[in-house]
Amino acid sequence: MTDVTSGANMAPKPKTSLLVQDARTKRRNAAEARFRTYGVVAITIAMLALVGLLSSILYNGSSAFRQTFITLDVYLDPAKLDKDGSGDIAKIAKVTTFGYAPLIKKSFEAEFEKSGIGVDGMKSKDAAKMISKEGPAELRRFVLAHPHMIGETVTFEFLASGRIDGYYKGRVTMKSAEIDKNVSPQQLQLADQLKAAGLLETKWNWGFLTRADASENRPEAAGLGVAILGSFYMMIVVLCLALPIGVATSIYLEEFAPRNWITDVIEVNISNLAAVPSIVFGILGLAIFINFAGLPQSAPIVGGLVLTLMTLPTIIIATRASLKAVPPSIRDAALGVGASKMQAVFHHVLPLAAPGILTGTIIGLAQALGETAPLLLIGMVAFVREFPGAPPEGFFDPAAALPVQVYNWTQRADPAFVERASGAIIVLLVFLLCMNAIAILLRRRFERRW
Amino acid sequence: MSVGLVILVVVAIATVGFFIGRARAVSSVAGDVRQLHSLPSYYGQTVFLFSAVPALLVTLAWLLLQPLYVENQVSGIILPGDIAEGSSLDLVMADVRRISSGLDTAVAAGVLDKNALTQLDASQTDVRALLGDVGVALASDVHPNVFAAAREYRATTATLKGAMAAVAVVLAVLGAVIAFARIHPEYRARNVSELAIKSLLILSSMVAILTTVGIIFSLLFETSNFFRMYPARDFFFNLTWNPQFTGGSDLGILPLLWGTLYVSFVALIFAVPIGLLVAIYLSEYASRKVRSIVKPAIEVLAGIPTIVYGLFALITIGPLLRDYFAQPLGLGASSSSVLTAGVVMGIMLIPFVSSLSDDVINAVPQAMRDGSYGLGATQSETVRQVILPAALPGIVGAILLAASRAIGETMIVVMGAGAAAKLSLNPFEAMTTITVKIVSQLTGDTEFASPETLVAFALGLSLFVVTLCLNVLALYIVRKYREEYE
Repeated sequence: MTDVTSGANMAPKPKTSLLVQDARTKRRNAAEARFRTYGVVAITIAMLALVGLLSSILYNGSSAFRQTFITLDVYLDPAKLDKDGSGDIAKIAKVTTFGYAPLIKKSFEAEFEKSGIGVDGMKSKDAAKMISKEGPAELRRFVLAHPHMIGETVTFEFLASGRIDGYYKGRVTMKSAEIDKNVSPQQLQLADQLKAAGLLETKWNWGFLTRADASENRPEAAGLGVAILGSFYMMIVVLCLALPIGVATSIYLEEFAPRNWITDVIEVNISNLAAVPSIVFGILGLAIFINFAGLPQSAPIVGGLVLTLMTLPTIIIATRASLKAVPPSIRDAALGVGASKMQAVFHHVLPLAAPGILTGTIIGLAQALGETAPLLLIGMVAFVREFPGAPPEGFFDPAAALPVQVYNWTQRADPAFVERASGAIIVLLVFLLCMNAIAILLRRRFERRW
Repeated sequence: MSVGLVILVVVAIATVGFFIGRARAVSSVAGDVRQLHSLPSYYGQTVFLFSAVPALLVTLAWLLLQPLYVENQVSGIILPGDIAEGSSLDLVMADVRRISSGLDTAVAAGVLDKNALTQLDASQTDVRALLGDVGVALASDVHPNVFAAAREYRATTATLKGAMAAVAVVLAVLGAVIAFARIHPEYRARNVSELAIKSLLILSSMVAILTTVGIIFSLLFETSNFFRMYPARDFFFNLTWNPQFTGGSDLGILPLLWGTLYVSFVALIFAVPIGLLVAIYLSEYASRKVRSIVKPAIEVLAGIPTIVYGLFALITIGPLLRDYFAQPLGLGASSSSVLTAGVVMGIMLIPFVSSLSDDVINAVPQAMRDGSYGLGATQSETVRQVILPAALPGIVGAILLAASRAIGETMIVVMGAGAAAKLSLNPFEAMTTITVKIVSQLTGDTEFASPETLVAFALGLSLFVVTLCLNVLALYIVRKYREEYE
């Protein structure tokens, strides 16, 4: 039985209209609008973060691809470089970099006389400091490569020092130069005059991509060559190891493994490895590959091995997904016409799953390319000036890696290295973009829906 | 012979074996392949596998065990008296390895010839200067016994390398001959080679287990070494972190743990609401067009390497927070701070939280939404009172996974959080985390005998255990409390 309250006790029902919202509906609608706004705000924050991140890197880094060069006519004085005039390369090589600095000073003096530029009270010694400390070394390399040029005047393009370069990139101003012991306002004035005379130019800098790293006080000469090559070597190692091992593991787990506890242990293991912090893999690399197996520090082979172990779960998960996507009817048909299980998998299932496997592999490689923390522990932070040799021996030579180079540069005092680090990030992001684009293209082109 | 060459030779022998084996199978039935049990190339395959696999496996094992054996042999030459005060056998052995590789370089550069090397007496010649000439810098003068050990090391290594090459080639040939001899028409070549391939598949799936075992053992081994030098009680309960490379350091994990948790907490405070709201908006409100723009953009955020976030923290967010918040409020003057690292890490975690919660929200069946709408609920009421409760276990799991990521994150904190180990509540102050200290204790010149270096392994083990527990807990919650629909 239900209790029906008699109509007499009920308060008279307020008059409502569908067209006029009552207070409660208004409140509920306001709550709805608020909630929607929260969502929009959240998305805006996320998008702003992305835009801020990318634009900050682009803003700081794009100038790294341009560099200021000073063009000078240098007289390769035989009295300084080849005293007895024998032309013997061994004797010429005895002249150190310091021996070449006066030549640059002289050529500034000649330039001052010839074109009449110059700032009052400024010596050619100070003018020569506008050239990068790398300048004399480059000149020396040139002479050693072309000893017959001694005695002639060559037009040589020098890197300007980091501060002069910074002046044209807005990092250094007349005001900051007054309190800077590495650059004086006179030098900046002279730089402006040189620029007007067409001897100083800021232009595209291939050296950023091809040169090796340079020391603390010559940021203008630092480049990514060794780092790009080192990263490339590591990617080769990762590809050669992670792809076969990953595919083999996935085929076993997906097609052959019996349902028992060993299989369970392997599967749990793989999903756990995917969540282990990357730095732990670095510790593993240090303890096993370097201390136990005695492999050399900062070598691409060790980095490649560590990154392989990190990439394996990604590749295994992607491969298993694409093996799973191949319908059982394919296997059944192959078995039906007399193929063995192995033949069915290798001749029919694997080729159909290949695009998915490739996509997963490329994404795994992209992850490995950007990974930094484990590489710090296996000594990739070391300062490496020499390019590693050709493979396979080159895998054991010391090398840098792109992300670690970025970290290295951020640890240095000169603000010019911040620009370099951001520039290196742009290079890294371009590589990642290309790899992901290839992965997406592959997926679009070869993906099959069953 | 270098290792690369050995591998090449072995593979070459095996390839030749493949073709010979195939040819023998065909000729054994006078060209009528129907009389063979298997297709001809399976006979070739058995020869290839029997020849290449054992040889390559032995090479690999040899490479791993050789350094151990050589060190055992050589360390006998060094007498206890040769080990300097404050040094250890490990350090001396590291010197021995350096000198021996230096001698290699010297011989290769032509500074030394092989005969001169055997005559060389370290007590008379300045080995340090000699090696310095070829670019191998040594920290101290070379003790005669150490030099003898290095010479022995070099000689043994060379002999063993030669032996390895010989053994590998002999094994390859032997395997090929045995497999070749077994070929006759009734030989079940396909079954044999498929069995071999299957064993290889099983072997490679063991790599995952080996990796885990390697991680656990290397961490446990070095950590137990550490606890022998430094009491465990101090490590876990000491409130100061102050490593001194001269000895007598305080290595308490608590300040680091506090920094780690604080940074992760800030990151989660930032990432969880935003990530969750993004996921809700995208799955419940957004039009197809908005979705098609925002979703890939969020995925881009997920694909950016952490070093990029680290640089962003260092050059943009850090100075921004310092100039506009910390300094005006008088809370600090450092650009690296808990908040810097936390906010940037939060940005990194947004896609992680949002994609995981997106999956869970989409798994809530449409019928539940429809039911709620049918009762007159607005969309936000449906989200808050129907969808979120139904998806809660999944969301909690996602948050735990995000927390585990935050605790294990390295580059952002290395570049954004600072290096000072402090127990403080001020979010504008620089603090440090477990991962930062692992990096700083293990980079640069490390000697593996001091507690200041070994503490990194104890920190690594703590990190591993904490993240593993969080992951397992997340999986457990998701499994246990998942509402099963359909």
